[in-house]
Amino acid sequence: MFSGAFARDLHPGIPVRYDLRIMPKTLFQKIWDRHVAGVMPDGTTLLYIDRHLIHEVTSPQAFEGLRLSGRKVRRPELTIATMDHNVPTDDRSVIKDPISKAQIEALENYCREFGVTLYGLGHARQGIVHIIGPELGLTLPGTTIVCGDSHTSTHGAFGTLAFGIGTSEVEHVLATQTLRQSTPGTFKVEYTGTLRPGVTAKDMILKLIGMIGTAGGTGSVLEYTGAAVRALSMEERMTICNMSIEGGARAGMIAPDDTTFEYISRDKRPFAPQGEALDKAIAFWKTLPSDAGAAYDRELTIDVNQLAPQITWGTSPGMVADVTARVPDPDGVPGYNRTDVEKALDYMGLTPGTPLTDLAVDTVFIGSCTNGRIEDLRRAAIVFAGRAVAKGVRVLVVPGSEQVRKQAEGEGLDKVFKRAGCEWRFAGCSMCLGMNPDQLKPQQRCASTSNRNFEGRQGKGGRTHLVSPEMAAAAAIAGHFVDFRTWK
Amino acid sequence: MQPFVKERGIVATLDRANVDTDQIIPKQFLKSIRRTGFGEALFIDWKRRPDGTPDPDFALNQPRFKDARILVARNNFGCGSSREHAVWAVVQAGFRTVIAPRKTTANGEVPAFADIFANNCVKNGLLTIELTEREVDQLFAVVAATPGLEATVDLAAQTITLHAATPVVIRFEIDPVRKDHLLRGLDDIAMTLDYEPQISAFEKTHDAQMPR
Repeated sequence: MFSGAFARDLHPGIPVRYDLRIMPKTLFQKIWDRHVAGVMPDGTTLLYIDRHLIHEVTSPQAFEGLRLSGRKVRRPELTIATMDHNVPTDDRSVIKDPISKAQIEALENYCREFGVTLYGLGHARQGIVHIIGPELGLTLPGTTIVCGDSHTSTHGAFGTLAFGIGTSEVEHVLATQTLRQSTPGTFKVEYTGTLRPGVTAKDMILKLIGMIGTAGGTGSVLEYTGAAVRALSMEERMTICNMSIEGGARAGMIAPDDTTFEYISRDKRPFAPQGEALDKAIAFWKTLPSDAGAAYDRELTIDVNQLAPQITWGTSPGMVADVTARVPDPDGVPGYNRTDVEKALDYMGLTPGTPLTDLAVDTVFIGSCTNGRIEDLRRAAIVFAGRAVAKGVRVLVVPGSEQVRKQAEGEGLDKVFKRAGCEWRFAGCSMCLGMNPDQLKPQQRCASTSNRNFEGRQGKGGRTHLVSPEMAAAAAIAGHFVDFRTWK
Repeated sequence: MQPFVKERGIVATLDRANVDTDQIIPKQFLKSIRRTGFGEALFIDWKRRPDGTPDPDFALNQPRFKDARILVARNNFGCGSSREHAVWAVVQAGFRTVIAPRKTTANGEVPAFADIFANNCVKNGLLTIELTEREVDQLFAVVAATPGLEATVDLAAQTITLHAATPVVIRFEIDPVRKDHLLRGLDDIAMTLDYEPQISAFEKTHDAQMPR
């Protein structure tokens, strides 16, 4: 076990196979080892959690559990709440659905009762939990973060061990500030080369999922490395780590570097260390990258020089192809059997052999924890500037947080979107999962910058194609998918 | 939590891979602030046709699978969202066991169940059993040939016994930690709180060292 040395310190009786203090360690191992609060007699690790992010959908039952058992939140100051999944993104003055309203009020009440800070509806810092974490400086290298949401892997972009948990585990963290964990495996994904113009971080991660499949990373923590990753901004790195779960991985991570430190140091991030404490922190963060010669359980290299924009055609994120491809034949998809592909094509209303660029869209969604940050909106705005959305296409642009909205409006992006014919909204998860009224109607086809193309995800019967913000914006204007690299 | 020792019940099959938690329990049911009331909503968008009537083609609508307690599906069951509501729905619809195959791919073998889903199952006394693809194929075949097929899942012995004309016994492997939790119906939080002094001691050093 990776925590061997610590296990011996804490439990002298437990046999240790390796003394890892002298062995090269990966980024993951370094963070894991620093958070072993104990090893259970059965060998399970008690992993200490530095930050716990919560939202309205997966926490009320956990708080109720605490209340019923007379337990408290152990470290309320390490727990931060927001509302994102279920909130309206148009008219914020009233929540029409009484059940949604009750859920939002439940979170407010529980936060008050248990002393948890809440960035609720109407707060200038409200937003998608994985967007506000980094904005607030809650997301820091070397720490552990959990949240009752599978896209918690986003925070791994900072060299953070961050992963999604269920409601029972949310309750466990609230009560104990720890989680019982088995040690995951490590999986290094090296991206070599340089991205061509019009090809993005979204395409890098979709390509990987297409290669390893949606269960390819199950039980593993991915570490993304290589020149193509180093060249990415923090926001692009977040896009990659965000979709680690779509490859089945427990978490995805990128070693912190100057890009990371610059992001944390710039702007006002109330929870990040400041001044001297920041210098000290950076010195520590510089020790985190994987040591030379550190061993991984699996490794994979992807050359991005020839990478094309990616587009999903099916009902699983692994059903993905180059934009230049055609709808596949049911027998021609590695990793999926004929029946799976037939069902997916039937649901998506697609005929094998159709060029993907022939597919017309009814709806375009730009937003989500995958692609709802300021850089995503800027890149989409460049495409929309001076152009008009195709007739009959509905375009929703939903900033990931109220800070992003404010910043975008400060830069005039909202005007660009509105002039082109897009709807400009308040912050929330919105049509990524359609829990609020932002949903597709049956058989509507959507170019979406979100993360899941599951059946019914964006609305019952709705058909989702996952793409980058550039590809989504271009589809909005053309009325169908285009190869953004050659489109004018 | 209800312990899982030995359970007998009807076996239902669902011939789909990558069954995601959005299908198991669609988003509109995530607005509830309770832990109950999800059973009826299990696979609701597959169960019902667009006009709201039951879809006779959906496997679990078959009368032979009524009151089933063991669900057999294909690889990567429970992928996607971390929503524990999915596990609540499976349990509240009457299932005590879900069986799926590990899958051999070009990149090695991939587990049968998505990570977070499998963790959530343990917390709710739902047993997940990983078998080989060949064993799951066999299960599908026996179920197809034997209407009303019942099976006994014995967790202590790690066996599934199919009560077919010729009984079949399939042995399965399970992580010993998960097995112990399920057999005893343990309350994780109470157990962890026994380590309170250790957590406090760790916290003291950790808080001083970890920039956050």
